[in-house]
Amino acid sequence: MKKLSLGRRKLLSRALALGALTALPACDYDDPSNPDLADKFLHMMSAFNDRVQQALFNPNTLAPTFSANQITNPPRFNAFYDISQAPVVDPATYKLELGGQIQERSPWTLAALRTLPQESQITRLICVEGWRVIGQWSGVRLSDFLRRVGADTTCKYVSFKCADGYYSSIDMESALHPQTILALDFLTAPLTPAFGAPVRLRIPTKLGFKNPKSIMQLAVGNVYTGGYWEDQGYNWFSGS
Amino acid sequence: MHWLNVVAIVMMIGSGLQIYDASPLFGFVVPPLFTIGGWLGAGIAWHLAFMWLLLANGLAYLLWGFFSGHFRRKLLPVSPGAVLRDIAAALRFKLPHRQGVYNAVQRLLYIGVIFAGVVIVISGLGIWKPVQLWFFTDLCGGYFIARYVHFFAMASIAAFVVIHILLVLMVPKVLPPMITGGKILDTQP
Repeated sequence: MKKLSLGRRKLLSRALALGALTALPACDYDDPSNPDLADKFLHMMSAFNDRVQQALFNPNTLAPTFSANQITNPPRFNAFYDISQAPVVDPATYKLELGGQIQERSPWTLAALRTLPQESQITRLICVEGWRVIGQWSGVRLSDFLRRVGADTTCKYVSFKCADGYYSSIDMESALHPQTILALDFLTAPLTPAFGAPVRLRIPTKLGFKNPKSIMQLAVGNVYTGGYWEDQGYNWFSGS
Repeated sequence: MHWLNVVAIVMMIGSGLQIYDASPLFGFVVPPLFTIGGWLGAGIAWHLAFMWLLLANGLAYLLWGFFSGHFRRKLLPVSPGAVLRDIAAALRFKLPHRQGVYNAVQRLLYIGVIFAGVVIVISGLGIWKPVQLWFFTDLCGGYFIARYVHFFAMASIAAFVVIHILLVLMVPKVLPPMITGGKILDTQP
């Protein structure tokens, strides 16, 4: 009889644990400024997943490349607004502003960016929603650019601010990956506004939302700056 | 272990269906009643949180099954003839339930669901990390096909769960040992 009551107690505790767990997802993780118990649990697990992904990240592993006939054309638009609301930045007056732990912080015009060695890639962009497109992007390797302007590459983060209010940040190791580029062209023609003109980040080792478009400011630092979607609950590292 | 698995499977399927709805593979979306999270970001967060429970529990089960001899003793042998015989018996409601012994259909289904479990983890890792864990992605036929593989593995496990629950309802006496672990009741005829 004693054994059986132990079983009952176990059953009760298990049932309570199960009940508690299934009650959690009723919370929507939809109010980042007021995290509840479920949100705190998810934040903790997301931070753990950031560390796992950082450990899994191999700087020598390249994202798969594709042939020209596999390119998705026209590409697929995705943003937190409709395609007609995409910001239009004048390429003639555009200047990329630099900040944080960078020695030469004078802004870069498009013409100046085009004088740097250009890198072209046909890679796959995977959206956090599950779909993927293949495209050809060309531009300046971010690692080349960061070294050129004297960025402190021992810092943890590279952060981006965009013309549409979007913002995001990536880890330095991913920033220095050879396939991470400041893209200027799509299919050998300059980027169009909806797809990130004049300068966007193209980082095929991360999900699509980690590829900010129409970048106006780039900063290097050790302070975590999050991101538009990251602050709402998307995993920060989001590596592929 | 069994009830941890229940938690993991419920959470993984519910959050997985939430993710499915962001970019459906087929001509239907899953009603919110069956999804967990409320929106894509929360669905992914739940999915990537509970995958560790599913993985840890699954690995522990596989290791225990191999090294304790449980798989060898309980799941083997299983022959096509025995499966057909037991299906025929079951359809005539003449297949007895013997405590602690799996009939041929059960063996086949348990082997099948273990296989589906391995496939769902491999395809899941292949979808999560198609660059760093590219070998899992390639094993599933690439990123695009891996999403379908992942979906059908989920559907197989869901079908198994439905059959499993129906059978428990038909043979209610198996429920107490499932809850207590089985050994306690063995001493009490």
